Amino acid sequence: MATTLTPQTTGETEEISVTEALQQAMHEEMGRDEDVFLQGIDVADRGGSFSVSEGLLDEFGPERVRDTPISEAAIVGTGLGAAAAGMRPIVEIMYSDFMGIAFDQIMNNVGLMRYMFGGKLDLPLTIRTVDGGGFSAAAQHSKTLHSLAMHLPGIRVVCVSTPYDAKGLLKSSIRHDDPVFFFEHANVFNRKGEVPVEEYTVPIGEAAVVREGSDVTVVATQAMLYEAFDAAEELAGEIDVEIISPRTLDPLDIDTIADSVDKTGRAVVVDEPTLSASAQSEMVAQINEEAFWRLDAPIKRLGVDNVPIPFSPPLEQEVIPDADDIVAEVRTLF
Amino acid sequence: MAETPAEATRVELLRRMERIRRFETRVGELFADNELPGFVHLYLGTEGVAAGTCEPLSEDDYITSTHRGHGHCIAKGLEFKPMVAELYGKETGYCGGKGGSMHIADVTQGMLGANGITASSTPIGGGAALASQIRGNDNVAVSYLGDGATAQGPYHEALHLAATWELPQIYVIENNHYGEMTNTEVQHPVTDLVKQADAYDLPGVIVNGQDVEEVREATVEAIERARNGGGPTVIEAKTYRYEGHYEGDPQWYKDDEDLPAWRTADPVENYRDELLDDGVLTEDEYGEITDEIDANLEEAVAFGRDSPYPDPEAAYEGVYAEEI
Ligand SMILES: Cc1ncc(C[n+]2csc(CCOP(=O)(O)OP(=O)(O)O)c2C)c(N)n1
Ligand SMILES: [Mg+2]
Repeated sequence: MATTLTPQTTGETEEISVTEALQQAMHEEMGRDEDVFLQGIDVADRGGSFSVSEGLLDEFGPERVRDTPISEAAIVGTGLGAAAAGMRPIVEIMYSDFMGIAFDQIMNNVGLMRYMFGGKLDLPLTIRTVDGGGFSAAAQHSKTLHSLAMHLPGIRVVCVSTPYDAKGLLKSSIRHDDPVFFFEHANVFNRKGEVPVEEYTVPIGEAAVVREGSDVTVVATQAMLYEAFDAAEELAGEIDVEIISPRTLDPLDIDTIADSVDKTGRAVVVDEPTLSASAQSEMVAQINEEAFWRLDAPIKRLGVDNVPIPFSPPLEQEVIPDADDIVAEVRTLF
Repeated sequence: MAETPAEATRVELLRRMERIRRFETRVGELFADNELPGFVHLYLGTEGVAAGTCEPLSEDDYITSTHRGHGHCIAKGLEFKPMVAELYGKETGYCGGKGGSMHIADVTQGMLGANGITASSTPIGGGAALASQIRGNDNVAVSYLGDGATAQGPYHEALHLAATWELPQIYVIENNHYGEMTNTEVQHPVTDLVKQADAYDLPGVIVNGQDVEEVREATVEAIERARNGGGPTVIEAKTYRYEGHYEGDPQWYKDDEDLPAWRTADPVENYRDELLDDGVLTEDEYGEITDEIDANLEEAVAFGRDSPYPDPEAAYEGVYAEEI
């Protein structure tokens, strides 16, 4: 029974952080393909606000690692235009909260251009950004917004939790010929884990069963995956929890999730967006459609209960789900 | 040459700068001691801009601010106690602990909020100015933004609209030479950001932001123009940021040698010396002013520290005017 987040690999592995995994992915892909370049605020000299692009400027120079003005609409829009012209850009939006400025590009161009132009145009654009609260950064720097991207056709949505997935999925995203919105998370950058020393990728569109169990399926993303593990440990001996990391939210690997629910008959979906019209809502709807007749209890959702993220630590702790909330929610199903 | 303001005005300008200087210095210490959650962007080095632009405003005039907003709040007349309490995330803070450093606001004093999204508050200032225009009252709105933020689309839209509708709004660009860790030269095609005003046929003024009287004089003119239906003005204050982008920033990127001395000159100490030299203040009077500020500040720190945190359930209150 798999009880850790270490992937099953045969070759040699090394322990690295999520930050290092993302760094390695960009280094490798920029080395592999000259059309890949990176642009964003403070990504070059500073190496990114979360150090994710550290070392890239030294290795690839200022043509390919570009500090931009504070202009998210232009950061994303020029990335898109360069993609349409055959490049393979990675653009960074420092916090997902700042995507608002770029949202017209995202919803009216990034996701639509291939389709509107008759399906013929490859748009190999990767938009990297950072979700997540828990740092007393208040309502404009703490949101988890991947649900917004899921709403839009034409854009793939990836959310990562572990170094293995971060590296493998960022590499796949960069190589992908459709736009990928790649969501990192402020609370997982320092998480460590084993990754293969050999080159590998993780395919877009595949979930992972990261802990096997028989009584309830917990689907958890980003930092919530670690909370789900803590909850499962707490419930061990009482309720046997299976945990699924969806990894890609659009398209969602509903088959893997439905197979698990088939076995357990119960499901809780845990994610950090505000609940209304959220990633959680979408996952619950799909589980309902695929596994309804096997359910022994209603599917439950956990997330931020439709309030902005407050600044004060006790308020913020109140609104962001954690292991205790998961334990309590799981218990209501029995 | 600038006309020298009345003595009382000069003392008031110094007092406001000292309030900002002492508050921010103390906040830096509290942050270093891990007393404050989150992060803070300090206004040290830029005091002349907030003081010089806010002093000529009345309580009914509006300001909109940035992520580096403590100085604007203090200059507009907000009080230490609820400011410090907000930085602690306490119930007694201006926002009941919901907002923190980047969202301090007090609409009753015309302070429409610090704002964590660069340039995002500039159209809000335009809206306050629009309300004045529609209602036919005298109120103006001053909107602050950083040099880096002038690259944002919403600022240009706001400026375009304000110019077209001749709104009583004043844009104050605080050009402190850095946007986060990147120099202005890397981020902008022009050295003088005020050139952007030309495109909208607006008056644009460059001032030495380290000279509070020069800032004030330009603001007084801009206010007069705005109140008389002359529309917006863009003021670019060349200024300086003593601290890092945020507290804890190692500042590896700073290249102050390239900046002229006037630009890095201390706006507060120099003005204090000037007032002492001019005989506007005696050392004793100066001491009284700073003693009072320091006493106020220590009271506020104690108040912030000792105030209770909000009840966790308060997290769910205040989203809407009315529960439906
Ligand atoms: C839309 C948006 N993009 C990026 C950021 C991150 N950010 C915060 S402050 C800042 C630099 C702002 O520079 P400037 O406008 O010159 O203000 P200063 O910090 O120098 O006062 C950046 C990029 C943000 N807050 N909002
Ligand atoms: Mg600046």
